Amino acid sequence: MDGCHQRIPLEGAFRNSSGCAISGIIDRSGKRFTAREAITSISVMHDRSNGLGGGFAGYGIYPEYKDYTALHIFYYSSEAKRACETFLEEHFDLINLSKIPTKKHPAITDVPLIWRYFVTALPTKLSFSQLDEDEYTARCVIRINREIEGAYVFSSGKDMGVFKAVGFPEDVGEFYMLDEYEGYSWTVHGRYPTNTPGWWGGSHPFSLLSYSVVHNGEISSYDANRRYIEMYGYACTLQTDTEVITYMIDYLHRRMGLTLEEVSHVLAAPFWSTIEQKEPKEREEYSYLRNTFASMLITGPFSIILGFKGGLMALNDRLKLRSLVAAEKAGRVYFASEEAAIRVIEPEPDRLWYPSGGKAVIVTLDSMQEGEEHGHQLSVSAL
Amino acid sequence: MTHITAGFMEYEALNKAVRSMEDDQITIEQANGQRYIGSALMDKHLFIKGTAGNALGCFLDGGTITVYGNGQDATGDTMNDGKIVIHGSCGDGTGYAMRGGCIYIRDSSGYRSGIHMKAYQEKQPLLIIGDRAGSFLGEYQAGGTIIVLGRNQDGRPPVGYFCGTGMHGGTMYLRCDTLPVSLPKQVSARDAVDSDKQVLSCLLDEYCTIFSFDKQMLLASHFFVLQANSAAPYRMLYTHV
Repeated sequence: MDGCHQRIPLEGAFRNSSGCAISGIIDRSGKRFTAREAITSISVMHDRSNGLGGGFAGYGIYPEYKDYTALHIFYYSSEAKRACETFLEEHFDLINLSKIPTKKHPAITDVPLIWRYFVTALPTKLSFSQLDEDEYTARCVIRINREIEGAYVFSSGKDMGVFKAVGFPEDVGEFYMLDEYEGYSWTVHGRYPTNTPGWWGGSHPFSLLSYSVVHNGEISSYDANRRYIEMYGYACTLQTDTEVITYMIDYLHRRMGLTLEEVSHVLAAPFWSTIEQKEPKEREEYSYLRNTFASMLITGPFSIILGFKGGLMALNDRLKLRSLVAAEKAGRVYFASEEAAIRVIEPEPDRLWYPSGGKAVIVTLDSMQEGEEHGHQLSVSAL
Repeated sequence: MTHITAGFMEYEALNKAVRSMEDDQITIEQANGQRYIGSALMDKHLFIKGTAGNALGCFLDGGTITVYGNGQDATGDTMNDGKIVIHGSCGDGTGYAMRGGCIYIRDSSGYRSGIHMKAYQEKQPLLIIGDRAGSFLGEYQAGGTIIVLGRNQDGRPPVGYFCGTGMHGGTMYLRCDTLPVSLPKQVSARDAVDSDKQVLSCLLDEYCTIFSFDKQMLLASHFFVLQANSAAPYRMLYTHV
């Protein structure tokens, strides 16, 4: 992290007991709704955060630009903006650009410049690169974050967007006026940083392309995971453990083509003693994934909600060291760190359950075909 | 009976209000996850509607808490005496480091129920779960009693993985026909005999009355008794993962 993005001393000189809150809602029918329920849900868990980070991811929010990549960027200086825009013009067609609308909020201060660009890869550059469009975009995002001082791309998906800041999440929602966006799914995070500074880029969700992750916990295996994923061209630039989860999911799901369920068996692989108890076919699959992607096992406590195009996935560490509750009501599915955060927006769910450790709950839109959540329709047996 | 509406009240204000009330029968309406409700309560009876927050009844010291709904995490954390009755389920860490009193859960409880439960002389904590418990039930249990009744489980083990890991005291009773697979070596299991059923009959009395369960029907089923295996003391789980 460079020195120019923050004018006040960074928090992080002390450690607190861990907190954090996450919540997520999806309407399987694809019906779009504002972030209001996500804001209400997270506000009930106010005490799990400490005002040093909050953020949202909304999916289906840019239907009028759904074929373009929406880049959300923090700038800490006008030089950073100039340098970044020069880079963008060299690599993309800029279809539309504007400041992201915000509303002054007394609790949200030290605001960087926050810009949004709808872009599409320059055809000549893209074909010259011999990459597919996603890979091209991902590499550009990583390059900006690594090389342009004071510029941070914090959202780079299609028909989705991340909105985050330093502050309590309910205030962040008001700051970005999220009542004015409608999506078919929302995730939200309230941060209580324990090991790294609270700064704008370090707030959740962490996003690359259309993947976004909100996370409660801390990753003991962070450095092992980081060293491994950086071999594949990713750069961990945001000073917090969660970003490595996003990159590992991008790698496993988009690039390796694993299903999300298989991804969950890599990230939260069961103990060998548990694998031994499984039926032969399952045992083989679990063993294969755990051996092949050994360096991508996440140890330490975590509960995450992954947002992706057309769905949400909730996942706990295999020991379930962080809480996670799920509920369902008439086509809507809810996830949250606490039951109260679900009941405040849906008092009478049809079903409420506590997902087991390491057992992913994957919810997709009804309109999605079976298996459409695969990166490339490649199953483990084909690897 | 005094009523108080929790709504979006801060937990500190709510708990202060409850403590300052003279009435010893208090109903809290519309709880929305407020933490530490009934903390260290000695002599009152709280009735809670809505969702009680984390660490409900922590350090409870003689009071009674009845929840018409679910509890969240760490219900009865380090409670010393008194009673918590849940007409629903609980999240993780129920009865965390419990050292006295009893927790009655009608339905299920999450991971690590009864973790670090302990006992000393007249302090004999009791945790009873109606349906099933998550993994790590009774982790590091050092004393006291945990009963899982396995209702609605069709005789299957009503627990997850790693039941009794690190157990070195106390007793667990599981109502099921088969043992959980791969109990850790430091746990010994045997079939319940008549003398065990007599003990169980006493322990289940109040629980079955509160939830209107048929005690005789439950007792007629097979139970396992799990205790620390002194021949194979607890070593380490995490050294060969």
